Amino acid sequence: MKFAIVVFPGSNCDHDAHYAAEHVLGQQAELIWHKDTSLRGADAVVLPGGFAHGDYLRTGAIARFSPIMQEVRRFADAGGPVLGICNGFQVLLEAGLLPGAMLRNASLHFHCEHVHVKVEQTDTPFTLMCPSGRLLKIPVAHGEGNYYAEAEVLVRVEKNRQVVFRYVDSSGQRTAEANPNGSLNNIAGICNEGRNVVGLMPHPERACELALGSADGLVLFESVVKAVTEGAFAASR
Amino acid sequence: MTITNDLIAQHGLTADEYQRIVEALGREPTLTELGAFSVMWSEHCSYKSSRVHLKTLPTTGKRVLQGPGENAGAVDIGDGLAAVFKIESHNHPSFIEPYQGAATGVGGIIRDIFTMGARPIALLNSLRFGSLDDPLVRRTMAGVVAGIAGYGNSIGIPTVGGEIGFDDSYTGNPLVNVFCLGIAQAGEIIKAVASGAGNPVYYVGAKTGRDGIHGATMASAEFDENSAEKRPAVQVGDPFMEKLLLEACLEVMRTDALVGIQDMGAAGLTSSSCEMGSRGDAGVEIDVSLVPQRESGMTPYEIMLSESQERMLLVAKQGREADVERIFEKWDLHAVRIGKVTTDGRLRVLNNGEIVADIPNKALTDDAPRYRRPVAEPSYLKTTQQLDLAALGPPPQSRDVFRRLLASPGIASKRWVYRQYDHMVRTNTLVLPGMGAGVVRIKGTTRALALSVDCNGRFVYLDPFLGAQHAVAEAARNVACAGALPIGATNCLNFGNPEKPEVMWQFVRAVEGMGAACRALDVPITGGNVSLYNETDGRAVLPTPVVGIVGLIEDAERVVRRLFRTGGDVVVLLGESRAELGGSEYLKVMHGQVCGVPPALDLAREAALQRLLVDSAAAGVLHSAHDCAEGGFAMALAECCFDSTVGVSVDIPAVDGADAGFADIAALFAESASRVLVSTSADGATDLLARASAAGVPAAQIGVVGGDRIRITVAGRPVLDEPLADAERIWSSSLERVFERARAVA
Repeated sequence: MKFAIVVFPGSNCDHDAHYAAEHVLGQQAELIWHKDTSLRGADAVVLPGGFAHGDYLRTGAIARFSPIMQEVRRFADAGGPVLGICNGFQVLLEAGLLPGAMLRNASLHFHCEHVHVKVEQTDTPFTLMCPSGRLLKIPVAHGEGNYYAEAEVLVRVEKNRQVVFRYVDSSGQRTAEANPNGSLNNIAGICNEGRNVVGLMPHPERACELALGSADGLVLFESVVKAVTEGAFAASR
Repeated sequence: MTITNDLIAQHGLTADEYQRIVEALGREPTLTELGAFSVMWSEHCSYKSSRVHLKTLPTTGKRVLQGPGENAGAVDIGDGLAAVFKIESHNHPSFIEPYQGAATGVGGIIRDIFTMGARPIALLNSLRFGSLDDPLVRRTMAGVVAGIAGYGNSIGIPTVGGEIGFDDSYTGNPLVNVFCLGIAQAGEIIKAVASGAGNPVYYVGAKTGRDGIHGATMASAEFDENSAEKRPAVQVGDPFMEKLLLEACLEVMRTDALVGIQDMGAAGLTSSSCEMGSRGDAGVEIDVSLVPQRESGMTPYEIMLSESQERMLLVAKQGREADVERIFEKWDLHAVRIGKVTTDGRLRVLNNGEIVADIPNKALTDDAPRYRRPVAEPSYLKTTQQLDLAALGPPPQSRDVFRRLLASPGIASKRWVYRQYDHMVRTNTLVLPGMGAGVVRIKGTTRALALSVDCNGRFVYLDPFLGAQHAVAEAARNVACAGALPIGATNCLNFGNPEKPEVMWQFVRAVEGMGAACRALDVPITGGNVSLYNETDGRAVLPTPVVGIVGLIEDAERVVRRLFRTGGDVVVLLGESRAELGGSEYLKVMHGQVCGVPPALDLAREAALQRLLVDSAAAGVLHSAHDCAEGGFAMALAECCFDSTVGVSVDIPAVDGADAGFADIAALFAESASRVLVSTSADGATDLLARASAAGVPAAQIGVVGGDRIRITVAGRPVLDEPLADAERIWSSSLERVFERARAVA
């Protein structure tokens, strides 16, 4: 299968996602410049981490106007699998492809560290190889990952089982200490109602090799390969 | 405009220097010319007090591809690749405006690396602050850390390591030294040179404003109570602009349309244009009216001296203009042609076609003044070198010392700091911060690089020659502990006012010591930076010659880490312990003293130790390795346990020559050099001891890994027995508590 990895001018995890897809996973991956207007036949789209346009205003606020985002939206609407990592998650929120918004971390500091998340939903293209409730050790690295949604939105997100990943401690308990940024309900990642668009703050592409401290993130990429190969999630063209 | 004596003095020039300017020009300078000489002849740009001494440092070697004189140094790391690296200071701006000062320091060193054609892949920093009891110091440190994070994180270069020290001498003059390493094709290193008459000169990047005018001059003077007024001389960083510049420049470099490139750092457009011309034995002619400007009404003087950030000057090949311009356009940058290369070796500055400066490039660069300033051995040494332990009263309990040292900010975990840095982006970081040398793998090869920056300012203060040797030895030992062969060094020499003979003596002795150690350990210095005038109200910082070392690991899978791995492993101490408490963290923390003489250092033995570490690592014998530094043996042993979940139990011999009552203190906390704690499997111990014996390195099997306590006996007598969890809690939460308590109070 083929991944499209969107490159905004301030993306800085684009090469990491590319490396994970191509070198670790052995799949095809293409970097797509944000001014391009085609995803070049990709089967899955990754919006990588970084600071898309400097993000001095609000993270991801300008990126949604990049030409490629029209194509990403069309791909998502057609059911294609889209993964937003960190800044990519922020861009998906700003673009309205996922509900909610990001605030600055409760500590007001940038925070880079391995954390644990629990996989709560396994019917997305990025988690279908995970047993439900599985713990993943994956790093976070962000200054604005404090997930927020209005009360009624949050209720809907929870009721629709859209919370895919939640911050927990190493024993799997959802505690305040395990929450690195103050996110409501310890939310680390969510999906859309169609379940094909997933965004998360932790960086699975940084946890694909044991040499880097964890290979727990690999399952997200393996899942989407399986989903695409078996035709479970594919954009209707 | 007439040049008055006042005007000359305001520009930091002496009467003699002014006379030399008049001779070089054959006439009185214009105001713009005076400004150009002022910044280029400043200590910061000209190294006028240090250059004659720096010349004595070893700078060549079989791996050296680029020594001092370019934007950064470079060494061959095999696979056709070069490691390009340098360390630089941003001390003065970071005191005046901590966040922006530190941020732009990061930005500046990153530009130095990518202008060489290298992709930056790792950052480290070496920081010094006053006591954290002082709220102003906490504010400074919080700002510096946030500034480093803000810039490095955004641009996507991981901060993989560093060191932080504390001493009252840094209260009004923090040190912010930033190290950057990049990887380039060995045969494609780009030079900062202008050549080829008629070739176009381009300006690219941020627009020029009035910020930072005379930053280089500011960095060449002491501070006093009016320093806050210098805030407009600190620049504001824009990491997004730099990210665009980085990507665009690397893309331009992949074409062959480029002749040379230099960033506009200190002294801005002036230094970049005359230095590129000087290196290429060419002239450069630019028209400042063509320079993109952020503010209206800027004079040629202001445009030439502005230190606005994120700007580059580049020379392209004639006829290839469209190629260069197209790439910058892609990144929404505009390369503006502001002049051309000439043959006359002069920097000619026009304003709408009218000449406002016309100076021989060499007069600004190679022919800048050089001083061999007077030196005098500091009088303080007579008193500080005396160490009378008996006068300190009865020795404290070992357990109390252990706990106090664990909590002291110099030793406690720096997690509060490095958690703010993105240390994993680019997915190369094999050893995370807080664990000794930072280690990054080189994708596409089997190799990895270990990086360490070190300096114990107390040692240098007490004996500059020996202390600087320690800085080299410790940095090299740290990379060797990771299994890396030290292959290159860079230095950042932070000292006080060189016009004071005692400070100059510290500087000269430190450079001599550094050179001797680099020769003995076979690590050439490929570049660096000197930061003088680190004084506030006449008081100098501890002399702090920071050394950054790059080490090469042939097999990235054989990286050795600090932590003990599994119960049952055998602990071996390499090296010899002596009763050397001079300059120790113990004396500082427990008695508030910086005195005595630093531990002895046998460079031949140090070299043998490092070879043993590298060879044993390559052979897969070592399960862990960690050097004994601040806090001595006991701290090193504890640090091997923290984060590992296993304890340790060891028995060490008593040390000879300890003063009455201080035998245990000396055994646990003395900072004898050339000592490394390693662990290996029960089966591997014999092999390791045989290797040590063959290498001529003293080695002793002292205990085993296991349990949940840290137990130390000295010659069979119990001296320390602490639950690991308690010790780890003290160590890991100390710094965090300082800042969180402060926040709660505020």
